[in-house]
Amino acid sequence: MDVRDNVAVVTTDVKVGETVVLDDGTKVKVVEKIPRGGKVALAPIARAEPVLRYGTEIGLATQAMTTGQHVHTHNLGGKG
Amino acid sequence: MSKDFSFEGWQRPDGRIGIRNHCLVLATVVCASGVIREVARRLPAVVGVEHAHGCGRPPPDLGLQIKTLAGLVENPNVGGTVLVGLGCEPLSVGLLQSVLPKNGKPLRSVVVQEAGGSRKAADRVEALAREILSGLEEMHCHRGTARDLVVGLECGGSDTFSGITANPAVGKAVDWLVAMGGTAILSETTEMIGALGPLLRRAGDEEVAARLEAMVNRQEARTLEVMGPLAHLVLAPGNIESGLSTIAEKSLGCIAKGGSSPVREVLDYAQRPSRRGLVVMNTPGYDAESITGLAAGGAQAIIFTTGRGTPVGFPVVPVIKVSSTSELYEAMSDDIDVDAGSVLSGTTVAHVGEEILGVLLRAARGERIKAELNEQAVFAIAQTHEAF
Repeated sequence: MDVRDNVAVVTTDVKVGETVVLDDGTKVKVVEKIPRGGKVALAPIARAEPVLRYGTEIGLATQAMTTGQHVHTHNLGGKG
Repeated sequence: MSKDFSFEGWQRPDGRIGIRNHCLVLATVVCASGVIREVARRLPAVVGVEHAHGCGRPPPDLGLQIKTLAGLVENPNVGGTVLVGLGCEPLSVGLLQSVLPKNGKPLRSVVVQEAGGSRKAADRVEALAREILSGLEEMHCHRGTARDLVVGLECGGSDTFSGITANPAVGKAVDWLVAMGGTAILSETTEMIGALGPLLRRAGDEEVAARLEAMVNRQEARTLEVMGPLAHLVLAPGNIESGLSTIAEKSLGCIAKGGSSPVREVLDYAQRPSRRGLVVMNTPGYDAESITGLAAGGAQAIIFTTGRGTPVGFPVVPVIKVSSTSELYEAMSDDIDVDAGSVLSGTTVAHVGEEILGVLLRAARGERIKAELNEQAVFAIAQTHEAF
């Protein structure tokens, strides 16, 4: 993953309160359950702020998110 | 990669080398389909290809059909062809023959209305195909290397792991193939929407950059026109279920298949590359039409990554499957050739890339890959109003 990313993909199902460890050793406490393959917010993301994966914008937040939240189509949209 | 990357193939009159030596029995029009099926039943050694085209479409679509069918006949994996037409269609056997090179590979034709109906036509096609098959058996092999290979790149049923495991591993294999003088074709314009920035940084020159930009912007505009505010969701339900949220997220994973080489050329659908190295072809994200464009452009093999699991193959081209997770590999091991999911449990992307290159070499040396063993073969031509 890229250092600019503000989301990461979880490789197992994660429950509320569990901590995920990123490739670089950073720990993130998950605040809602995230299915395997889902994305977790690594930092607070404001509404309309870009969501970055691969160091590149994959869309804009359609609602504010806190660290550890699940990021998917319910809170992430495209520019269109 | 210092290993000996060579294989024994079949040299065609135009100098290209096939890694298969198929006798193709090809319909020029939908109405000849029954004859194709009958001949394929009688002679399992031939590859029968029927389709829904050849009549009833305006000139731009007819042009795409001619180009695609001609490209299929000219694909180096095809040793000889029997064309089968009906007799009253725009895409007649005569029209197709007129765009194919003279003194090329064995090419025969049968017209159903002239042969006296479908049963007599099938008898005639069978006899001509037997002649071609016996000629193919007598052909000598020629040594080919990576420089003789054109490999199409495709992904279908992507998931969030595709961009972490399978696609970067294919990218690694492509970097090595290109370093050895080979050619790889990145395709699926819909899956470049949102990834134009990283793509343009890899454009080999200004003309390539301008063509890439125009191609992706046009596809994005069409998507917006058709999908409206839901354009960013031009994803399959399975993509979303697996965790992919937007087309940009899917695209950024998709283009990882191209590796890190500069893009040398931008091709139209079904166009043959004129330069070696990494090139891009304008195809829809719809897999069946995309792999048909790649094969018509002359790809002798296709590397196809999948997260959800797809079994599709192509009639005359081995389609090598790479899974993004080990769970998928285990669940569909009959269909998947390489498990890139091992990256998630510590295997390096480079190691899986080497494994993919190894399977490509074995396929070039004649080993039948899973889609061939399963006789999976789809053929669909992109049309003006192509699928997304």
